[in-house]
Amino acid sequence: MKFEGTSSYIATEDLKVAVNAAITLERPIIVKGEPGTGKTMLAHEVAKSLDAEIITWHIKSTTKAQQGLYEYDAVTRLRDSQLGDEKVKDIKNYISKGKLWNAFESDKRPVLLIDEIDKADIEFPNDLLLELDKMEFFVYETGETIKAQNRPIVIITSNNEKELPDAFLRRCFFHYIKFPDPNTMEEIVEVHYPDIKKDLIQEAFKIFYDIREVPGIKKKPSTSELIDWLKLLMTDDVDAKILREKDPKKLIPPLHGALLKNEQDVHLFERLAFISRRENENVE
Amino acid sequence: MFINFFFDLKQASLPVSLKEYLMLMDAMNKRVVDSFNVNDFYYLSRSALVKDERYLDKFDRVFGHSFKGLENPEGETAKEIPEEWLKLMGQKYLTDEEKKMIESLGGWDKLMETLKQRLEEQKKRHQGGSKWIGTGGTSPFGAYGYNPEGIRIGQKEGKNKKAVKVWDKREFSNLDGDVELGTRNIKIALRRLRKFAREGAETELDLDNTIKSTAHKGYIDVKMMPERRNKIKVLLFFDVGGSMDAHVKICEELFSAARTEFKHMEYFYYHNCLYDAVWKDNNRRYNDNIKTWDVLHTYPSDYKVIFVGDAEMSPYEITYPGGSVEFWNEESGETWLTRMLNVYENAIWLNPIPERYWDRIASTSIIKQIFSDRMFPLTIEGIDQAMRELNK
Repeated sequence: MKFEGTSSYIATEDLKVAVNAAITLERPIIVKGEPGTGKTMLAHEVAKSLDAEIITWHIKSTTKAQQGLYEYDAVTRLRDSQLGDEKVKDIKNYISKGKLWNAFESDKRPVLLIDEIDKADIEFPNDLLLELDKMEFFVYETGETIKAQNRPIVIITSNNEKELPDAFLRRCFFHYIKFPDPNTMEEIVEVHYPDIKKDLIQEAFKIFYDIREVPGIKKKPSTSELIDWLKLLMTDDVDAKILREKDPKKLIPPLHGALLKNEQDVHLFERLAFISRRENENVE
Repeated sequence: MFINFFFDLKQASLPVSLKEYLMLMDAMNKRVVDSFNVNDFYYLSRSALVKDERYLDKFDRVFGHSFKGLENPEGETAKEIPEEWLKLMGQKYLTDEEKKMIESLGGWDKLMETLKQRLEEQKKRHQGGSKWIGTGGTSPFGAYGYNPEGIRIGQKEGKNKKAVKVWDKREFSNLDGDVELGTRNIKIALRRLRKFAREGAETELDLDNTIKSTAHKGYIDVKMMPERRNKIKVLLFFDVGGSMDAHVKICEELFSAARTEFKHMEYFYYHNCLYDAVWKDNNRRYNDNIKTWDVLHTYPSDYKVIFVGDAEMSPYEITYPGGSVEFWNEESGETWLTRMLNVYENAIWLNPIPERYWDRIASTSIIKQIFSDRMFPLTIEGIDQAMRELNK
C-alpha cells in the first residue's frame, strides 16, 4: 500500500514520505498548514488512490470524544419504557455507533479523516489517545470490546487554533503543508484546468504571488482562492494582456474579489496602487 | 550516527522523545522510503520527530549540522552577498517603523557593515560557507525588533541551485516560535488562561440531572443549567511612552488579542513604573486619571494581573519616593507594586525586551525580584508560560 499522489492532487515528495510512513507504521498522521492548502483534500485523495472507503468525522467546538465511539440514547429508552415498547429490553437498540466504531468495523482498511481536531475542547485529543493507539475501545453498556479488524489509516487535520497535547503528538506523524512554490502551483493549476492558456497563468501567478508578498496584508490568498480566481478569469475570458496591463490606473487586478477577502486588504491594495501610480508619474 | 543526531536535537531543546526515535527506527526498518537517500531520510525523520511547525526551522538547522558533509560538497562555494541585494531584501520586508528604527541606530550602512562582518566571521567558523546567520546569539539587532533572519538572508537560489540542500533552504524559518507574533498566535497563547464555570441564565438541558430527577419523581421533570463560559477576569497594565515607543506594535497586537479572548478585561496605562495613579486615555492622562487605590478597591482579588512594560528605567524610579521622572511621587514605585501584588495573587510581568538582556538592566532585575521571578518575555513562548503561571 503506497500513496503516490493522484491525477487530481499534486503531492510533494515530503508529503508522500510522511503519508507512506503513517500507512506503513499504522499510525495517525497530523496535517497542518495555511487554510486552503488542501489538508482535507489529502484524506480524500489518499482514499481514492488506495481505493479505500473514506469515513469523515468533522469536529466542532461541541464535539466530545465519546461521540466518535458510540452514544447511548437514554432519553429514547426512557420514553419507550413508558410506552411499553418491546425494544426497551435490549440496550443495544439504544446505542448508536460513532465514526470510530464504523471505521473499526470496516472489512477493508478504510481512511478515517478527523477534520479540524483543534476546533474541539483542549481535552479532546487526550480522550482519544488509547483508542487511536490500540485501535480498540470498551462499551460499558453492553460489556463488549470493539477492536479494529483492519487498522484504519487515520488522517487528522488541524488549523492550529489550539495546541495539541504532547502525549498525543508523540504517537503521530506530522506534516506541515507549506505554501506551494510557483512550479508546484503550476502543476496544481494544470490538474484543475488542463486547457488554460499558458500566458494567462503566467500573468495571473505574478499578480497572485505579488499580492501574497504585500507587507501587512491581513489574509493572504490561498491555493483554493487562486483556483477560483483562475476559473473566473477563464469564464469571463479575460485576456492575458489585461493582466499584463502596466497602466497605473488599472493596477487593481480584475475580479480581485476572489483573492482579497476583507475590505482592509482591498483598501491597502488600493492605497499601494495609488502610491505606485504617483511614483510612476514622477518618473515621467 | 542516528543516536548522535537524536541527542543533537535534544540539545537544541527540540521536544523529541524516545518513543518518536523508536518510531523513526521502526519506519527505517520497514523501508518506508525505498532507497536510503538523504533527502528521503530528512523527510521521514522530520515527519516522525517534529510535531509543530514552530520547530521545523530549528530541526533544519540541527539536521544540517549533524549530517554535514553527507551530500556532495561540490559547487558549494562561498558567496559574496552584494550589498545592494541586502538592501533590497531589507527594504522589501521591513516595515516603515522598523526602517526608522534602523536609521536611529546609526543608519542602514553602518548596520549592514556590522552584519557583513558577522557573516564573514561565521563563514570562517563553519568553513563550508553555506550557513549564514543563526537566530541565537549573533545579533544584537534582535533587541530592536530587527532580526537578520527576518529579512531572509539564506542561500538564495539562482547562482547554483543544485547545491542548495532542502534543509539548508530553511523554508520554515519564519514559523519559529521565538520570531513570529501575530494576533492569532497571541490569541492561541492567551487561550491557555481560562476557567470554565456555569453562571447566569439557565439555557442548556441538564440531561443527567433530568434523568435522575425523573426517576426520582416518576414523571418527566426537565432540569436546565447555564451554559459553560470562560470566567477568567483580567487586569492589563500597559507601559506607554518613552522607551516603550519601539514596542508599540506588539503591545497593540497583545491588546487586541486580549480584548477578544477575555470577556472580563480592564486595561490601564502607566509610565515606567506603577505609582499612585493610572489612566485609560493617553490624551487626557493628566486630567482624567484613576487613583491606583481605587483600582485596588474596585476589582476583587480573583482578577489576574498582567503588567506589560520594558522595565527599563533608572533604579531610583522604583525604589525611592520622588523618583518618578514626571512628578513628585509620595511613595516609591516599589511600594505600589507590592501593594498590587498583595491584593492580586496571580500577577505577571510581560517584557518586550529579549530575556538575555534582563540581567544587565538594573531596574529590570529589581522588578523581576518584586514579582518573584514572574517576568516573561513578550513572545509566543513567553505568553504561553505566563498564562500557565497565571492559571496556577
